Amino acid sequence: MIFFETLYAAPPQLAAHAPALLVVGPLVGACAAILAPNSRWAWMISVAASIFAVWMALCIAGEVARGGVVDYAMGGFGPPLGIAFRIDWLGAGMALLISSIGVLAALYSGHGLRSEVIQEKHNLFQAGFLLCQAGLLGLVSTGDAFNAFVFLEISSIGTYALIAVGASRDRRALPAAFNYLVMGTIGATFFVIGVGFLYAATGTLNMADIAARIATLNDSRAVQAGFAFIVVGLGLKAAVFPLHGWLPGAYAYAPSLIAVFLSATATKAAIYLLARFAFTVFDPATDFVHTFLVWVLAPLAAAAAIVCSIQAILEPELRRVLAFSSVAQVGYMLMGLSLASVAGVSAGLLHLGAHALMKAALFMALGGVAMSVRASALADFAGAGRDAPWTMTAFAISAAGLMGLPLTFGFLTKFRLIEAALSANQVWIVAVVAVSSLLGLIYVGRMLEALFFKPQPPGTARAVEAPFGVLIPLWILALASLWFGIDASLPESLANAGALALFGARP
Amino acid sequence: MNLGELLILLALAVPLFVAAAVYAVGRMPDVRETLTLVGCIALAIVTLAMLMRVGQGDAPAWIAARPLQGIELSFRLEPLGALFALMASVLWGVNSLFSIGYMRGRREGNQTRFYVCFALAMFGVMGIAMAGNLLTLFVFYEILTFSTYPLVTHKGDEAARRAGRIYLGILVGASVTLLLPGIIAVHVLAGSTEFVAGGQLAGKVAPGVAGILLMLIVFGAAKAALIPVHAWLPAAMVAPTPVSALLHAVAVVKAGVFLILKVSAYTFGPILISEMRAAQYLLWLAAATIVIASLVAMRKDNLKARLAWSTIGQLAYITSAALLPASAGLIAGGLHMLMHAVAKITLFMCAGAIYVATGATKVSEMHGLGRRMPVVFTCFLVGALSVVGLPPFGGMWSKFLLITASFGSEEWITAAALIVSSLLSMLYLAPIAIRGLLPPVNDAPPAEFTRPGGAPGLTVAAVIITSAACIALFFFADEVTAFLIPIAGGAP
Repeated sequence: MIFFETLYAAPPQLAAHAPALLVVGPLVGACAAILAPNSRWAWMISVAASIFAVWMALCIAGEVARGGVVDYAMGGFGPPLGIAFRIDWLGAGMALLISSIGVLAALYSGHGLRSEVIQEKHNLFQAGFLLCQAGLLGLVSTGDAFNAFVFLEISSIGTYALIAVGASRDRRALPAAFNYLVMGTIGATFFVIGVGFLYAATGTLNMADIAARIATLNDSRAVQAGFAFIVVGLGLKAAVFPLHGWLPGAYAYAPSLIAVFLSATATKAAIYLLARFAFTVFDPATDFVHTFLVWVLAPLAAAAAIVCSIQAILEPELRRVLAFSSVAQVGYMLMGLSLASVAGVSAGLLHLGAHALMKAALFMALGGVAMSVRASALADFAGAGRDAPWTMTAFAISAAGLMGLPLTFGFLTKFRLIEAALSANQVWIVAVVAVSSLLGLIYVGRMLEALFFKPQPPGTARAVEAPFGVLIPLWILALASLWFGIDASLPESLANAGALALFGARP
Repeated sequence: MNLGELLILLALAVPLFVAAAVYAVGRMPDVRETLTLVGCIALAIVTLAMLMRVGQGDAPAWIAARPLQGIELSFRLEPLGALFALMASVLWGVNSLFSIGYMRGRREGNQTRFYVCFALAMFGVMGIAMAGNLLTLFVFYEILTFSTYPLVTHKGDEAARRAGRIYLGILVGASVTLLLPGIIAVHVLAGSTEFVAGGQLAGKVAPGVAGILLMLIVFGAAKAALIPVHAWLPAAMVAPTPVSALLHAVAVVKAGVFLILKVSAYTFGPILISEMRAAQYLLWLAAATIVIASLVAMRKDNLKARLAWSTIGQLAYITSAALLPASAGLIAGGLHMLMHAVAKITLFMCAGAIYVATGATKVSEMHGLGRRMPVVFTCFLVGALSVVGLPPFGGMWSKFLLITASFGSEEWITAAALIVSSLLSMLYLAPIAIRGLLPPVNDAPPAEFTRPGGAPGLTVAAVIITSAACIALFFFADEVTAFLIPIAGGAP
């Protein structure tokens, strides 16, 4: 963690307000992007605001490395009246992840948008993208349950619009966006109802205060009902099987930039919040939380890892294959969480990070070749590996990580997950991971075989190498996957610290 | 960085460098082939130096990376690995000579990709041979699988791709569903997967649990082709013959049995192995594999398929050797690994030479062909008799030691299977050469050369080298055995 202290380079006045600026930066950027004179300016604003968010996330990480937890009262009004931000290692790590993916996605959007979205909408699009980013960053840093709902909605509303923009490429984006709008709103509503129950029972919205007061209220039906509402609501947002129906369409038909950003961050932020409630606000040792983890979350996660992998195998459309694989991979993370041990949660978080890198790169590479191939079925992409070797090699590296091949980050996270499951004597989870890996091998192998070893089908456009502006962020992600496959000490220490923070934050 | 670390680094870097250089000069075939041969020689020198250092008791070791806490990518040589590395690198050289003759003689396409993948496969083999713990071994095991996939599917037609799917599906499928969980379980139970003389798990787990782990690892290492996970090997015969020769007689299949030998010696340890019931069951399964594979081989008319089934049986010899409740078995297994590799690569290269010269792939087409190709068929006979285990060929000693060890540990079923399969292999291998060399019964003239001039000179040179090695090893078996003695329980 010394790493973050050395990166801690900001004037102290700025650093003191980093938690607020983390969110305000992209928000201001969003407004500026709308007012920007042309799409080029909007793009530069988007990149600049994202970079600013990374800088602030680094500041926060540096603060956390020094003090353990950053408490920040919005506007100087402390809780219970004011809104408090509370960022520990988990929040700091998530903020770093989201903001770094944000920068890469913003860089990518320079070329990605041009081929998929009509020119007049670029400004609005960048604004929506920054809004979504601001919402997700706020979500992982707030210490207030209701405020979390607000940020959840900010990010979601941005997302609904952004998915719908994909209609200019594929009309199916419209029903997908509407579908997500309905499902997402139900999820958010459930979440806010749950928070309402907790407020009624404890009289506070501050997460730390709820956690302190709830200790004596565990038999209360209101608290238990609140937990149930929160879990279902967040489960919808996190695409927990079988609440994932909205996800494949949303990822497949949205503009590729949004697929890149959402696949790496949106479900992850919801998982973060789920973990926050299950482990910090509620006590995982109490009966109903424990029952939920062991008898609800773990089986559903296992079902996701198996069923959605099979769906990915049967799916003819390339982007939907990746989307189903995302749901399956969310299952891996949740299996880690369901172990309710530090090792298990840490493994889940580590996989969360690895999957963010891999999926962002995969969608980015696909977006890169789709500029020339302009198709969605896997069969139409056959032979792209020969025509666009750089793009597709990065795709192959990330896909190898998805399979969990050695020397990639994905291998190490799977290793840790199996290790944690064995240590917790949950041998069945090992079996599920093994079977799901086998299925993963099939769907990834199917993609790679078509891309690299099959001849190009007649009547399709020849793939062209993605432009330089796409290759740079793409290769940063691919190389990160490889680098962390050889030395994962940095993400591992972050995941460990995050897991400890989840458990240690209990009063 | 001391000399030992440097040697390990070189052994890994040379194949990688060859791969990169071959790719770079792919348009100039002569430079490309020269580079491959120079790389082979360099690698052989490096592995020989490592072998000598191991013999002097100064085994090279290197910790390359620590990806996660408690997990290391580490390398450490011991006699078995040093032998495997040397064997693979020398045979890579011989096989490269053969490849050049074969690929040019057949005018195959995609030759650059072929040589690049071959070098990458050798990178995997070197990593396997030098691995200091199970995890590192697994990493390179997978590299070997994936780098050989383009070789197996070299033809690029639908049949080759289907075979490639079987190849990858079984090898990778078994390794991720069985081998990897097994390795992680070892890691959790023992706290480390490092190879330790006497066994990492010895005294740490009950024989019952260890039995489950052994099952996971033996079936997970599908490269060893024990019968329920053997189907990939006959499927892989769609590959060009040089690939079958080096990879499916030497590198890939031996990587599987090498893993089992290593695990038996250094993870479970001879004591734990002798206490396990699972080892007993696996011995019976291996005995069944030996007999079944021999019987199937007899019925195969396609020469490469027959050789593949013979390999399945011979691999089960080594698996049996690793699981015998006597540490002498380990030495016999290590020796057989070497002897069978040299003999079987000879047979495959002969099959390839015959194919290039005449296009014949079936045993029934080869009657009397030895009259036209006496050298190749004589070498085939040498290789065949070495596989059968007759003097004065190297294969005799390893089979002798193996049968002795199985009698010594009172494993009658294994002993019986070994003897029966020796007789059967006499029946399915030797007649090919003998009938080839004798005049055809109805005095019909043997098949004509389809390629003017017959087998390319380089292919013939390669088979002469390896068949000479089969004879030479008969006289040097004692030195090899003495070198291997430490793996049976002494210091590593």
